[in-house]
Amino acid sequence: MRYAMAIDTKKCVGCSDCVVACQAENNVPIGFCRDWVVEVTDGTYPELELENRSERCNHCENSPCVRCCPTGASHYAEGGIVLVTEDKCIGCSACITSCPYDARYVHPKGYVDKCTFCVQRLKNGLKPACVSVCPTKCMYFGDLEDPNSDVSKVLKTRKHKTLIPEAGTKPHLYFLI
Amino acid sequence: MREEIIVSGRMNELIDPHLQVWNWEIPAYLFLGGLAAGILFFAGLMTLQGKEKEFETTIKRAPLFTPLMLGIGLLFLFLDLKHKLYFWQLYTTIKLESPMSWGAWTLLIIMPVSVAWAGMYIKTIFSNFKWPYPNIAEAFEWISKQKTILAWIMVITSVILGIYTGILLSAFNARPLWNTSILGPLFLTSGLSTGAAFIMILSKDEHERHALARIDLLLIAIELFLIIHMFMGFRASTQVQIEAANMFLGGTYTAIFWTFVVVLGLVLPAALEIMSLKKLKVPYYIAPALVLMGGLILRFIMVYAGQMSRWLY
Amino acid sequence: MVNSRRDFIKVSAIGTAGIMAIDPITKAIGNTFAAKKGPVRTPTYCEICFWKCAGWVYKDDEGNLNRIVGHEDDPSCNGRLCPRGSGGLGMYNDEDRLKFPMMRVGERGKQTFKRVSWDEAFTYIADKLETLKKEHGPECAALFTHGSGGDYFGRLIKAYGSNNITAPSYAQCRGPREVAFIATFGQGLDSPEPTDIRDCKCLVLIGSHIGENMHNGQVQEMSDAIDKGATIITVDPRFSTAASKSKYWLPIKPATDMALLLAWIHVIINEELYDKKYVEQYTTGFDQLKAHVAANTPEWAYGITTIEPNVIRETARTMAKEAPATIVHPGRHVTWYGDDTQRLRAVAILNALLGSWGRRGGFYNPEKAKVPAIPTPEYPHPTRTWRDAMGGKYELADLALANGVCTATIPNAQMDCHIRAWIVNGTNLIETLPERHKTIEAIQNLDLMVVVDTMPMEITGWADIILPECTYLERYDSIRASQYREPTIALRMPAVQPKYETKPAWWMAKQLADKMGLGAYFPYKTHEEELDWQLKQMGTSLEEMQRVGLKKFERHYDDLYFKEGEPQEFLTDSGKIELYSNTFASAGFDPLPVYTAHPQPEDGFYRLNYGRAPMHTFTRTANNPVLTDIMDENTVWVNPKVAKLWGFANGQKVWLKNQDGVVSSFPIAVRITERIRWDSVFMVHGFGHANKLLTRAYGRGASDSEMITHVDIDPIMGGTGMRGNFVTFLTEKAEGGAKV
Ligand SMILES: Nc1nc2c(c(=O)[nH]1)N[C@H]1C(S)=C(S)[C@@H](COP(=O)(O)OP(=O)(O)OC[C@H]3O[C@@H](n4cnc5c(=O)[nH]c(N)nc54)[C@H](O)[C@@H]3O)O[C@H]1N2
Ligand SMILES: Nc1nc2c(c(=O)[nH]1)N[C@H]1C(S)=C(S)[C@@H](COP(=O)(O)OP(=O)(O)OC[C@H]3O[C@@H](n4cnc5c(=O)[nH]c(N)nc54)[C@H](O)[C@@H]3O)O[C@H]1N2
Ligand code: SF4
Ligand code: SF4
Ligand code: SF4
Ligand code: SF4
Ligand code: SF4
Ligand SMILES: [Mo]
Repeated sequence: MRYAMAIDTKKCVGCSDCVVACQAENNVPIGFCRDWVVEVTDGTYPELELENRSERCNHCENSPCVRCCPTGASHYAEGGIVLVTEDKCIGCSACITSCPYDARYVHPKGYVDKCTFCVQRLKNGLKPACVSVCPTKCMYFGDLEDPNSDVSKVLKTRKHKTLIPEAGTKPHLYFLI
Repeated sequence: MREEIIVSGRMNELIDPHLQVWNWEIPAYLFLGGLAAGILFFAGLMTLQGKEKEFETTIKRAPLFTPLMLGIGLLFLFLDLKHKLYFWQLYTTIKLESPMSWGAWTLLIIMPVSVAWAGMYIKTIFSNFKWPYPNIAEAFEWISKQKTILAWIMVITSVILGIYTGILLSAFNARPLWNTSILGPLFLTSGLSTGAAFIMILSKDEHERHALARIDLLLIAIELFLIIHMFMGFRASTQVQIEAANMFLGGTYTAIFWTFVVVLGLVLPAALEIMSLKKLKVPYYIAPALVLMGGLILRFIMVYAGQMSRWLY
Repeated sequence: MVNSRRDFIKVSAIGTAGIMAIDPITKAIGNTFAAKKGPVRTPTYCEICFWKCAGWVYKDDEGNLNRIVGHEDDPSCNGRLCPRGSGGLGMYNDEDRLKFPMMRVGERGKQTFKRVSWDEAFTYIADKLETLKKEHGPECAALFTHGSGGDYFGRLIKAYGSNNITAPSYAQCRGPREVAFIATFGQGLDSPEPTDIRDCKCLVLIGSHIGENMHNGQVQEMSDAIDKGATIITVDPRFSTAASKSKYWLPIKPATDMALLLAWIHVIINEELYDKKYVEQYTTGFDQLKAHVAANTPEWAYGITTIEPNVIRETARTMAKEAPATIVHPGRHVTWYGDDTQRLRAVAILNALLGSWGRRGGFYNPEKAKVPAIPTPEYPHPTRTWRDAMGGKYELADLALANGVCTATIPNAQMDCHIRAWIVNGTNLIETLPERHKTIEAIQNLDLMVVVDTMPMEITGWADIILPECTYLERYDSIRASQYREPTIALRMPAVQPKYETKPAWWMAKQLADKMGLGAYFPYKTHEEELDWQLKQMGTSLEEMQRVGLKKFERHYDDLYFKEGEPQEFLTDSGKIELYSNTFASAGFDPLPVYTAHPQPEDGFYRLNYGRAPMHTFTRTANNPVLTDIMDENTVWVNPKVAKLWGFANGQKVWLKNQDGVVSSFPIAVRITERIRWDSVFMVHGFGHANKLLTRAYGRGASDSEMITHVDIDPIMGGTGMRGNFVTFLTEKAEGGAKV
């Protein structure tokens, strides 16, 4: 099992519903977020290009945050999901520093928090909250090892990229371009 | 024009607009760690070389301060933790891949070593000093007999500690400025240099001071070489590292780095040390004081600037 | 609050006779956690905007509201709410909410109120209205409403004897579009628009900024169309989100769309690309149209619009190639430059030429469920309305003009009596209507001003009596009957008891009616009673709707699209699609749309362009704690060239000053971006709140409304064109600058 997510930048409108839904699902305190939406505009008026990306933890396969964590609080769970065990985390911030995507934040309670791919929903056979709410249906989620999963299918047919592959983290958040 | 914004308003002051999770605590901790490592290294080294006579301050007096330095350093590390009550979790695992982890363990080992060393010499310095319990005194008596072993442990662990202070940062691939293998040797050298400087300030013995100044000159030369080498490496590397280096070559940190770290913290003290070796009259504490300041600022700059450097995507 | 262990109702408890698909959440978790007591989700439909998506409100174990999720079967949302709907709980949790009925003490507008009981408030209103009726007749009262409560206050004011009921969603929004489409096809578009975007092959967006305009079903269908490879053509002077998803973005010079539309019509006619059979069979006035646009060549339009002739031709051909599955989208907020009805006529004509009206992938024929009204006595017949103040103008307006009611409130010679009492429900007129000075002048002439709202907004500051409504999550409202491909109805019921002393609108209207001796118009004790009666007439019941939330009905007729070649009767004068409008001709307006030039900004001034951000609705969400977390202020978009000229840094705060010397109350941060032209600035509507009681929104960003002191009135239907305002920048606030 290898969970992954793909986001279609051709459909994402940057509405940030994924962020609102995540905050509600995961009790993310006001002022913080596990996912966020980036808008990149390139060019000079009127020769312009714009990309909307809903970003979050990439659940990297070679994840520096897991490696640098002194207590093992950051760890790999089933399906390659990178998780933080709250009461093992000392809040040293090493993992925050180590993440090239700035995907983590310090929860007001002191431990470090981030996207969990909504494991609690996956266990119940549901899609992550952000995926299930997205009005443009531009997010695909599933098991990369299952050729019939939404994410495998869309990655097979569409051109895609990952963010900073050169950082060597082997990210599993794909952007369809 | 390229415009990149977060439209969902991520207002996380620790990471936006750029990373700032580590504040003064971490560079101060790294400085104190490096300083203590330097002192303990020279104490151990001179002991192993049997130079107790020539290097009295190095071996007997300076290390008295190291338990305090390490203690304060650890306190700073503790202050930096955001989930403090779970501090003990650090000592439930040893993770070799995590510098934070083996650093914490190194500190755990070097701390009692430094206490043992200091305890061993406290009476030679303060002759009136008396241990409250006789068995403590006995214990130190016993330790004194294992001095050579202790010195060996000290040399090894202090080198590990010194390197750790650099590797802690360079392990973070995500921050282009830190992403260089030179940081370990650089911080080690700087740690040794500050250690030597600290001893020089304490030492009343001109011979000892001069011997240390000679060592320090070598260390400073190595440091300068490493710094130049580091920037050359950055310039020849990826765009993100070029941009990281640019903070020091025309960017935000240029003035402060070249003035305080390179000129006032390395070149000037080196010049002063040469002058005093040539028997010119300069107050002996100026050069080492500058070295200490340079070492401290180097760590602050590297920690802050490193957090500002980032991958572009 | 922990989320992971919520209670869910048993699967078996939901859905009767396969009417609704089982909500996947329930399906998956229902088995794992057996139902405890009582339902933990209640149906609602969203009130954060007027798309009215149906959804479910979930509670956690402690009975706290936990989240709102879209209703799977609702064609408005297909189980997915937009960010504003998902953030609806913020409205309930907002601690700045109105809490108690309040009565003004001291001068109007000075924001000094005392807390009163509901009874005191109602007595005051009833007495005032009684006196006014005696002295001036019941026609001196008006209702402004935008939102569900309008049904009840509408009934109240009609029972009282006035027909002055108006909403800002007409003359400030879609009015010109309705009039243009009624004139052309004999039928308006209404809401949700029956655009068959899901199946279109070519979508033409003229200004309409879907994606930022977050009308949910429309955004979803545009996304489906992208998936299916539809060609999107966006005409927008700003690089909108939709433009960025488009194959063709036409960066038109603002205020020149009419020239482009005429040139498109020209190409389609001259290259004989139009749907000949359709035009022949269903339309009238083709020859006049052909002659009319003969000179409107792409080369002519290029000089006006700056869009290259070959691009105009290429896009026209694409539209024709994909026709009839081509939608030239009518937009929604179309009150731009004063000739808006005519511009929308050109849009309607273009659709007619492409044969997209009544065709798959074009415009479908919507159907709406009919909700029977509970029998009440007949309403009195008013002898006067706001129209009396219009001097015979705007007869073609099919709904009341909000700005017209303002005009009728300011004493004038034509009228024997101006309007003296306003009930304002769910519309923040100060920020909503242009020409703020006029709105305030009207308010200052009132004898009674009642505001029904949930939040302390700008408008509540002007009230004599503030009636605090509970949020949509705490109340029943009328049954939602939205037009769609299939008729649907949806129920809103309270998920929780109202907080503080707030009450639902239906209750307020009924209490007031009872006090005024108009109780017969509200012949029930509770709203449940009325809803149950209505629902039973429709073959369901309140009890069933509480379980299913939404119900779909079969269409009455199989006429979603025109059948090939089948004759059609259009509700126009001629019974045909009027390319040439007889109605307009006889009313003295251009029967065919004509290009008129509009003023362009002077040196140092920039056209004020405004629009939506997907995470906010007008001014109503600017204090919502969930949504302000995502976006807490607006910025003024400035082209890098302009920024350089002014020496602006990104994020720098500036004040805006418009052509009439009005300076913004608050500074606004500059956003330097290529997405805007050098002759315009852009800002999101709804920020720059001036009511200090809005702790999150006060002084955040600036208000576009404040800058809109000039309007170009549409001569046909009285819409307020609002895009003819120009602003410049002040880097320091001018002392005592002209302020209204
Ligand atoms: N998130 C969100 N969504 C909403 C709402 C909301 O408040 N928030 N409100 C809803 C309501 S009631 C309405 S009416 C709709 C309004 O939504 P639309 O009908 O889409 O709004 P418009 O004002 O027509 O379009 C705004 C766009 O017109 C462009 N524009 C400005 N000047 C010109 C011009 O001269 N020519 C052309 N071609 N384009 C121009 C602007 O750059 C901007 O992109 O949105 C609805 N959806
Ligand atoms: N400058 C400018 N003016 C505009 C527009 C623009 O883009 N720019 N857009 C125009 C368009 S398209 C439209 S449709 C109109 C919209 O105009 P409005 O509908 O007036 O929009 P809002 O500013 O959201 O004001 C809504 C008011 O209703 C209150 N409210 C919210 N929920 C409830 C409720 O459940 N019950 C009650 N009683 N009150 C509630 C809010 O607190 C707020 O005071 O504005 C028009 N005016
Ligand atoms: S909800 Fe979907 S469309 Fe909206 S920003 Fe997130 S990914 Fe993009
Ligand atoms: S994105 Fe960051 S936090 Fe997530 S796994 Fe990769 S390195 Fe760790
Ligand atoms: S902050 Fe917590 S999760 Fe992150 S590295 Fe430190 S202990 Fe591990
Ligand atoms: S997968 Fe879940 S936790 Fe991750 S961003 Fe989406 S909603 Fe948040
Ligand atoms: S479009 Fe969004 S705000 Fe409007 S009704 Fe639907 S969910 Fe609510
Ligand atoms: Mo509107």
